[in-house]
Amino acid sequence: MTATVGVLALQGSYNEHLAVLRRLGVKGVQVRKPEHLNDLGALIIPGGESTTMAKLAEYHNLFPALRDFVRTGKPVWGTCAGLIFLANKAVGQKSGGQELIGGLDCTVHRNFFGSQLESFETQISVPELAAKEGGPPCFRAVFIRAPAILEAGPDVEILASYSFPIGKPTIEEAALQEGKVIVAVRQANLLGTAFHPELTADVRWHRFFLKMGKWTEEEASTSALGPDVQRRDRIDLPIFE
Amino acid sequence: MSGDGSGVVALYGNGAAIAETTKKSTFSVKVGLAQMLRGGVIMDVVTPEQARIAEEAGACAVMALERVPADIRAQGGVARMSDPGLIKEIKRAVTIPVMAKARIGHFVEAQILEAIGVDYVDESEVLTPADDANHINKHNFRIPFVCGCRDLGEALRRIREGAAMIRTKGEAGTGNIIEAVRHVRSVMGNIRVLRNMDDDEVFSFAKSIAAPYDLVMQTKQLGRLPVVHFAAGGVATPADAALMMQLGCDGVFVGSGIFKSGDPSKRARAIVQAVTHYSDPEILADVSSGLGEAMVGINLNDDKVERFASRSE
Repeated sequence: MTATVGVLALQGSYNEHLAVLRRLGVKGVQVRKPEHLNDLGALIIPGGESTTMAKLAEYHNLFPALRDFVRTGKPVWGTCAGLIFLANKAVGQKSGGQELIGGLDCTVHRNFFGSQLESFETQISVPELAAKEGGPPCFRAVFIRAPAILEAGPDVEILASYSFPIGKPTIEEAALQEGKVIVAVRQANLLGTAFHPELTADVRWHRFFLKMGKWTEEEASTSALGPDVQRRDRIDLPIFE
Repeated sequence: MSGDGSGVVALYGNGAAIAETTKKSTFSVKVGLAQMLRGGVIMDVVTPEQARIAEEAGACAVMALERVPADIRAQGGVARMSDPGLIKEIKRAVTIPVMAKARIGHFVEAQILEAIGVDYVDESEVLTPADDANHINKHNFRIPFVCGCRDLGEALRRIREGAAMIRTKGEAGTGNIIEAVRHVRSVMGNIRVLRNMDDDEVFSFAKSIAAPYDLVMQTKQLGRLPVVHFAAGGVATPADAALMMQLGCDGVFVGSGIFKSGDPSKRARAIVQAVTHYSDPEILADVSSGLGEAMVGINLNDDKVERFASRSE
C-alpha cells in the first residue's frame, strides 16, 4: 500500500489540507473524479459547504466510488462538512436533504452552532491525541458554522467533546445536551472532526490520521513529493494565530 | 478596548481576561469562513425562490439583494442596503451562508446587517457610496467583510481596514469579463513583480501602491494575497468562471449572469461545475453546451456606461 493521500477537491478547504500534508512530507493529491480514487492509501474529505460538495459529487457520480473506498478499510477523515458526509444520519439539512456517504455510526447536526456570528475558536481537551502524539493536552479548535455529533453508536470512540455555556438562546438543544456535544470521533478506519485542524499550525490530528493506515511509519514519512505537484499548490494562505 | 464607557483605556493584551479560551470573531474565524467558500460560487439572488434554485445548483453561498446589478444599472437612482425583512426571508429559505451588501462607508447599514445575523457583509461599490473618503472600519465588527479591489494596493488597504476576504471589482451588471480580467491580472502581476523584488525596494514599492508595508511584505513572502481572493463583476458563462480560476482566483461571485439568463437553474449548475473542474476543458465543453441564452451584456467601450469600479479607491 502506498502512502499517497487523496483530498476530495470539489470545493472547500482542500488546499489547506494539502499544505499540511506537504509540511509533513506526505504526498497529497486532489480527487475530483471517481478514477482519482484508485491507488490512494487514504482519503481526507475537507471542510466546505456540505450541500455544494454533495451536489458536485452527485453531478460526477462520485458517491458509489466514495462508499466503496470507505468499505476497503483504508483511513478516511472528514473535517466539518466531511464529517457530515461520513455520518450515517444528518439532521438540520436543506429542504429535500442531501446525499451522504455514511459509514460512521452517529447522528450529526449540520449547522449546530448557528450562523457565522456563532463561529468561534477555543481550546478543547484531547487526551487520546496527546497520549498518542505528545504535545499539550489541549488543541486549538476552529469551529466555522460547525456541525456537532448528537449521538454516537457503541463502536464509536469519542476523542473530544466541547462544553458550552448552557442557556444560550441561539442553541436550542442546549438544555437537552447538558451543554456538551461530541466534536471528534473515531470508528475503525474512519475519523471525524467538527472543527478544522487544517486551519491551525498544530499537525497532530494529521499525524494521528496518517498512523491509522496499515503502511509502516517509514513509508508514510519518506514518500517524497513527486514532480507532479502543481505550482499553484505550493502557494497558500497564512495560518492566523 | 474601552467600549464600556468608563473612560479607562485598557492596554491591548495587558490584564485582559486570559481565562476566557473561547473567542468569537477572531480574524482566523473571519477568514476561516472564506476559506470554506474556496472553490465555490456565490450567487446574487433577489427572492427566497431564487436562493433555493442557487442552493440546489450547488452555490456555496448566496448574496441577498433587492435588485441585481444589471437592474441597478438600468433603473439608476441611489442603490442602498436591501430590506432586512427580505434578507431574513432568504436566510430562512436556505442552509448555506447568506451575504448582504452595505454601501461603502455606511457603517450603520453594516451594523443592521450584523444585527440580523447575515454571515458576511459585502462593502460594495455596486451600491451608491455613502462616504467618498472612508471605508467602514471593519475591525469594529464581529461579522466578517468582503471588499472589492482593482489592484494590489487597493486590496491591501481593504485588508488593513479589516476585510477578511477580497474580490475583484470588475464591472458588475455588464456581463462583460474584461474589467475583472484587468483587475485580477493587475493584482497577480504586481505580486509577481513583488516576488522578484529586493527587500530593500519594498518600502518604496509599498509607498507607490499606497499600501501598508507589513502587508506588502507578507504578500511578497506568501506569493499571494494574505486572504481569500474571489473574482467578481461580469462573470456570465462557465468559461468566464473557469478563466478567473485559471488566472489564480479562489472562487467566483456571479451576479446578474445567472438570473438574467434564459435558463438560470441550468446555468447556475454549469458555473458551479466549471469552478470545480476549471482546468479540465472536456468537462468545461460538456457543461457549456445547451445553456440557452446568456445575459445580453454591455460593451464597455461606450463612455456613457457608468463605471462602478472607480467609485472608491
